[in-house]
Amino acid sequence: MKTKPKPKSSKKLVSLRLYVAGQTPKSLAAIANLKNICAGDFEEDYHIEVIDLVKNPALARDHQILAIPTLVRSLPVPICKIIGDLSDTERVVVGLDIRKAKGKKPAAKARAVSGAK
Amino acid sequence: MPSRVKRTTRELLPLEKTPTGIPGFDEISEGGLPKGRTTIVCGGAGCGKTMLGIEFLVRGAQEYNEPGVLMAFEETPEDIARNVASLGFDIEALANQKKLFLDFISVEPHEIQESGDYDLEGLFIRLQSAVDAVGAKRVMFDTLEALFSGFKNPGILRAEFRRLFRWLKDRGLTTVITAERGEGTLTRHGLEEYVSDCVILLDHRIKDQISARRLRIVKYRGTKHGADEYPFLIDERGMSILPLTSLLLQHTVSNERISSGVPDLDEMLEGKGYFRGSSVLITGTAGSGKSTLAASFVDAACRRGERCLYIDFEESRDQVARNMSSVGLDLDQWSKKGLLTHEAWRPTQFGIEMHLLRIHKLIEKVKPQCVVIDPITNLLNGSSDKEVYSMLMRLMDFLKVTGITAVFLSLTSGGADLEQTTVGISSLTDTWILLRDLELNGERNRCLYVLKSRGMAHSNQLREFVITDHGIKLLPVYIGPGGVLTGSSRVTQESAERAEALQKQQEIERKQMDATRKRLTIQAQVAALQAELDAVEKEEKTLNQEDKEREMQDKADRETLAKSRGSR
Repeated sequence: MKTKPKPKSSKKLVSLRLYVAGQTPKSLAAIANLKNICAGDFEEDYHIEVIDLVKNPALARDHQILAIPTLVRSLPVPICKIIGDLSDTERVVVGLDIRKAKGKKPAAKARAVSGAK
Repeated sequence: MPSRVKRTTRELLPLEKTPTGIPGFDEISEGGLPKGRTTIVCGGAGCGKTMLGIEFLVRGAQEYNEPGVLMAFEETPEDIARNVASLGFDIEALANQKKLFLDFISVEPHEIQESGDYDLEGLFIRLQSAVDAVGAKRVMFDTLEALFSGFKNPGILRAEFRRLFRWLKDRGLTTVITAERGEGTLTRHGLEEYVSDCVILLDHRIKDQISARRLRIVKYRGTKHGADEYPFLIDERGMSILPLTSLLLQHTVSNERISSGVPDLDEMLEGKGYFRGSSVLITGTAGSGKSTLAASFVDAACRRGERCLYIDFEESRDQVARNMSSVGLDLDQWSKKGLLTHEAWRPTQFGIEMHLLRIHKLIEKVKPQCVVIDPITNLLNGSSDKEVYSMLMRLMDFLKVTGITAVFLSLTSGGADLEQTTVGISSLTDTWILLRDLELNGERNRCLYVLKSRGMAHSNQLREFVITDHGIKLLPVYIGPGGVLTGSSRVTQESAERAEALQKQQEIERKQMDATRKRLTIQAQVAALQAELDAVEKEEKTLNQEDKEREMQDKADRETLAKSRGSR
């Protein structure tokens, strides 16, 4: 699932990769939470990639993934990892160093969605 | 009812075990690690936990055709491979042959932040793919405790650990995990609550500046096991646990007798020598000739074509060969033929377990029929008497079971207590030969006696022990008026007695001559008297004859006269 970056934007590019394992409740919750967090208008452009390790187990070793779900911000450096279903939005925002766009009210996101949908 | 019977028989199946291939371990665990279950190996830093786990994997792959997976959390596979290469384990080759799979799991706490609920499915995915890659039957985690530093949520960790061990059990994978020893607890993070099928504790302690490693099976569910602490070593072939022999005193004995190397000594032992497979203890003070006696034994054995192992804690091979050649024993020829293996090392170099393990390994390599240990008193350094005693007992048992004739030399300090060895192993040996010194007339001479020799009517005499350039000779001892005489007093006594004997001999001869002369004299006298007697008899006869003739003549004359007178 990819969202296309907004064209002719002067925003920074943030590359996010979410590792999940199949259609487990935690994985689905993480995907939903991440979409919510990134749905608003921010200073950065978010490039989200979801990798299913059940389909691609070798990547778990290659990318050194232990916990599921794991969110990896590969750009900008330094790389940071957040594990969990991302229900603690504050943590995610702080961890990813997401800056909300000035002046814009943050959309209705940040709803803690944990557990089954 | 059939179903009930089936249930009973299923209950009675014993716990299956997987052999580790580590020498000695499979004996004390009576088969190895529990199959399909997890074993935890805990200990301090540098105890050898990783070593045990890796050896378990490598031997499984090499010897039991069970591929394995190594999940390393602390060292990269390359580092591990390099570390164990010195033990002869070629991990890279095994990985290439798809017998071993190495996965390095990096857990970096500062990189990770937690947000919400998670699990360690990534670990399971990696584990599954690793196991599938080689068809593994054995798994090793070194060390799962790294997860504690990476993930801060204890509830999740606990749940995941349980899930992991159940996962491993469901797939029948025999697993070894390593854990650091805690203060007062078995493991620092309490992993033993999850893994309780088998717990092994490794210990590495320093005693009197010598390191000693110990292994103990703290718990082994479902089976009986050796519960003591066993010494073990890590050397160039991996781990070795000091092999145990069954201390049940059940071994077959031989009736064959072999020479002690000294014919005079054989005579004292019913004329035949030692029993094959027996143990002989030779004690004596410094310089009493124990090594020479042992060397004579070895010489005789090699001459018979038997292999001998001489373990020397005091002299090097060349020194011994040189010293023995002055006694007329050529040990070099046997070394060259490969019949004699002489190994020398300093006793202070190692702790007693290392000594004994080395001896065991040499015996396995050389497969001798005779072994000499010169001397065993040196093994006392750095160990308490009780330990040495039990170690020596194990060694002696091992030698008996394998039918090796063993000669142990023991140094005593002399004095009154010669018959009391420091360790008290005299009760373990079958034959005990004592070399004693006798001081008399400013000289010190040796004598030997057989204190005990089980199973034979040995001589109880003291013999003087003389080392000549043709070997050892045992001379019967002289009991003179002042007690036992040896050395030059004996020589003096011998010559005195010889002189006495000569004198007696001469006297007898003289007396004989006297008697003969007397006899001859008397015989001559008798002859003379006899002659006289003959003469007298003859005279008597002649007189009688003359008398008769005269009488006849008279008669005749009278008749003639009568006739002439005329008869009327």
